[in-house]
Amino acid sequence: MRIMAQMAMVMNLDKCIGCHTCSVTCKQAWTNRTGTEYVWFNNVETRPGLGYPRRYEDQEQWKGGWKLKSNGRLTLKSGGRLQRLASIFSNPKMPGIKDYYEPWTYDYENLLNAPAQKNFPVARPHSMLTGEPMQVTWGANWDDDLGGTYKHGVDDVMLAGIADKVKFEFEQTFMFYLPRICEHCLNPACAASCPSGAIYKRSEDGIVLVDQNRCRGWRMCISGCPYKKIYFNHKTGKAEKCTFCYPRVEVGIPTVCSETCVGRLRYIGLMLYDADAVLAAASLADDQGLYQAQRDVFLDPRDPAVAREAERQGIPVDWLEAARRSPVLRLIKDYEVALPLHPEYRTMPMVWYIPPLSPVVTALQETGHDGENAGNLFGAIDALRIPIEYLANLFTAGDVGPVRRVLDKLAAMRSYMRDVNLGTEPQEDIAAAVGMTGTEVREMFRLLAIAKYDERYVIPTAHVEHAHALEELATECPVGEGPGEAFGSRSGAPVPVAIQTLRETKARMQADDMAQVPGSVSYLQWDGKGVPGKATPQEVAERPGIPGGDR
Amino acid sequence: MTTFLWVVFPYLAIGAFVAGLIWRYRYDKFGWTTRSSQLYENRLLRIGSPLFHFGLLLAIVGHAMGLIIPKAWTDAIGIEQDVYHLAAVGGGVTAGLMITAGFIILVFRRRTTSSVFQATTVNDKVMYLILGLVILLGMWNTLSTAIGEFIGNHYNYREGVSPWFRSIFTLSPNPDLIASAPFQFQAHAFLAFLLLMIWPFTRLVHVFSAPFGYVNRPYIVYRSAGDRPGPTAGSRAPQGTWRSPTARKG
Ligand code: SF4
Ligand code: SF4
Repeated sequence: MRIMAQMAMVMNLDKCIGCHTCSVTCKQAWTNRTGTEYVWFNNVETRPGLGYPRRYEDQEQWKGGWKLKSNGRLTLKSGGRLQRLASIFSNPKMPGIKDYYEPWTYDYENLLNAPAQKNFPVARPHSMLTGEPMQVTWGANWDDDLGGTYKHGVDDVMLAGIADKVKFEFEQTFMFYLPRICEHCLNPACAASCPSGAIYKRSEDGIVLVDQNRCRGWRMCISGCPYKKIYFNHKTGKAEKCTFCYPRVEVGIPTVCSETCVGRLRYIGLMLYDADAVLAAASLADDQGLYQAQRDVFLDPRDPAVAREAERQGIPVDWLEAARRSPVLRLIKDYEVALPLHPEYRTMPMVWYIPPLSPVVTALQETGHDGENAGNLFGAIDALRIPIEYLANLFTAGDVGPVRRVLDKLAAMRSYMRDVNLGTEPQEDIAAAVGMTGTEVREMFRLLAIAKYDERYVIPTAHVEHAHALEELATECPVGEGPGEAFGSRSGAPVPVAIQTLRETKARMQADDMAQVPGSVSYLQWDGKGVPGKATPQEVAERPGIPGGDR
Repeated sequence: MTTFLWVVFPYLAIGAFVAGLIWRYRYDKFGWTTRSSQLYENRLLRIGSPLFHFGLLLAIVGHAMGLIIPKAWTDAIGIEQDVYHLAAVGGGVTAGLMITAGFIILVFRRRTTSSVFQATTVNDKVMYLILGLVILLGMWNTLSTAIGEFIGNHYNYREGVSPWFRSIFTLSPNPDLIASAPFQFQAHAFLAFLLLMIWPFTRLVHVFSAPFGYVNRPYIVYRSAGDRPGPTAGSRAPQGTWRSPTARKG
């Protein structure tokens, strides 16, 4: 048994309002550079919908993830090593820019410079790749909120087999949002398909990263990842991916997407697992058994035998403590309400989802029923088979059983808690109907509904022994002091990968306005290329037009 | 002049090549990439790139045979001159056609696909020019050898160019051997050394990351967070070799 710790995330889809704040803050932090205009490490898709890039879930087309060979062994779906090397000169399965979308900007200058004329001047869209005017025909979120879904919806890969039962007429449709980041898989197909060995899984926390100095731009990872969460930076010629905000996580603060999530629906915590058992679990013949197989790979740090062995294998005591308190562990293992996204890709993803009950509740209310009555809800979950089957295609390789059980639990929790909130006697039989006690239901409700920051994010800090290697703690630049020349496109010095240092983050969190933040990023002299420089305190003080700046 | 062209210059080129590669590897690992443009365009690339690259692999084998293996050796194991030439010319023409076709497709694609053209630097253009000339002259050499065979007036490069090439590496350069070769052979050799000279400073460096290690590496690579080199090792800030397009009126 080789015990490893994995930083994992759970998202409660019922609470996602599709505001895209997570995507935007992530983009600001990581991909607001030339070369990554089309890249969204975090994206929020409306389902049913085509996703981003379009139809990425169709592995018969893209050949992402793993497959079982006839001898029962696991191999990359796009073929073995030699086959991959043979196709190195032109990757046959790589999505083109049109499958994502061609990034564009507007000719805003025209609004200001146009001469006086009869008609209003307009800002025309220009491609950010060629600079030429373009017709915008697709974007990162073209079918947001089912926009155009009546037309493209039938192309949703997850509708295969149930397409005839799904209605796209406005009155009969259903929808929910699916925020996606890299899954930081236990068995990452991206790493397995990298010819240069540049993609690695960190042994401490399982975060999957691309070594930018070793990546040679072969693009095999891009087709290898079934979730299409590796992107090609067309400016640097290197692959880039979600980093799980490791510079933040190393100092104990959550990822940017979680930190800024408006619905507060993300949970971050550790999962312990047996690394020696991963391959066997991922090689299970039955697709629908993969969910259970992955659960069996996890170890419970509250089991003294596991804890002892973990400690013996060098997992620090505070990490074990954090693993015991992990909200992710509770949602996956104790309440069994979180499910993996597409276990059938066999990469053992580690960002799990609580499927949404809302489509059911809404449908119920629209028919004039009490959407929070347990009896009604249990019945409706069955009657509204379409959302269940759709959800099962996403989360359990089509097995409706586990999805049904999760929705029942969520329904029971709603009904049970209504009585609690209304001050009437809670009905223990509702809890019992889903195999829980009233106390468990209340605890689960607490975690899902009102848990505070410290309960949602249980992140142990990286170890001081390693501190010399951590960018956040050990950049050689004195943080926030010194003039702008230390960073930015004007300098030739390397840009540290960390976006903020711990000190800056703290200062920012505690400050009342930006003027108090030493070394806040200066967009004033930034030419839009490279990385913006740091502003000096003096510059910050003299900044025009910043609210509160003149105080 | 002869000494400069066929002794000094090759050594200079080799020196620049080796030193340049070491320098680039130490200071610009981040810039070491194929700089693929497949994201922009795939239809032409899918045909052109494999043609070009597989043709090149064939050509490398051919050059190794023609330049490195002395004629005396093949004679010794009883390979007839005619048989050898048939193989060399056959292989050479095949490789040449593949490379030329691939190169034309790729250059055409680079020029006509706006986004690919935007991503082409001056450095690339100079390199393509030299590479194109080397290919053109190489093709000429192959064809002139093939035709010369027929009309009975043919230059045997294995008695001139090849020994000269080997003499460079045995540190006893003999410029007279190539000084008497036909023009196209001289030009091909000269430009090839020029290409070698600028090699480390162009995108051609990706040749040296041919990932043979992939074949027997474990699928999943684990690395400790502590294994990271310091933030500056082997890296430098992007040098702005790519223009980012700005909105163009039109
Ligand atoms: S989801 Fe992330 S870790 Fe998994 S294969 Fe894709 S890029 Fe790799
Ligand atoms: S910020 Fe939160 S609520 Fe908003 S789209 Fe992202 S995950 Fe959903």
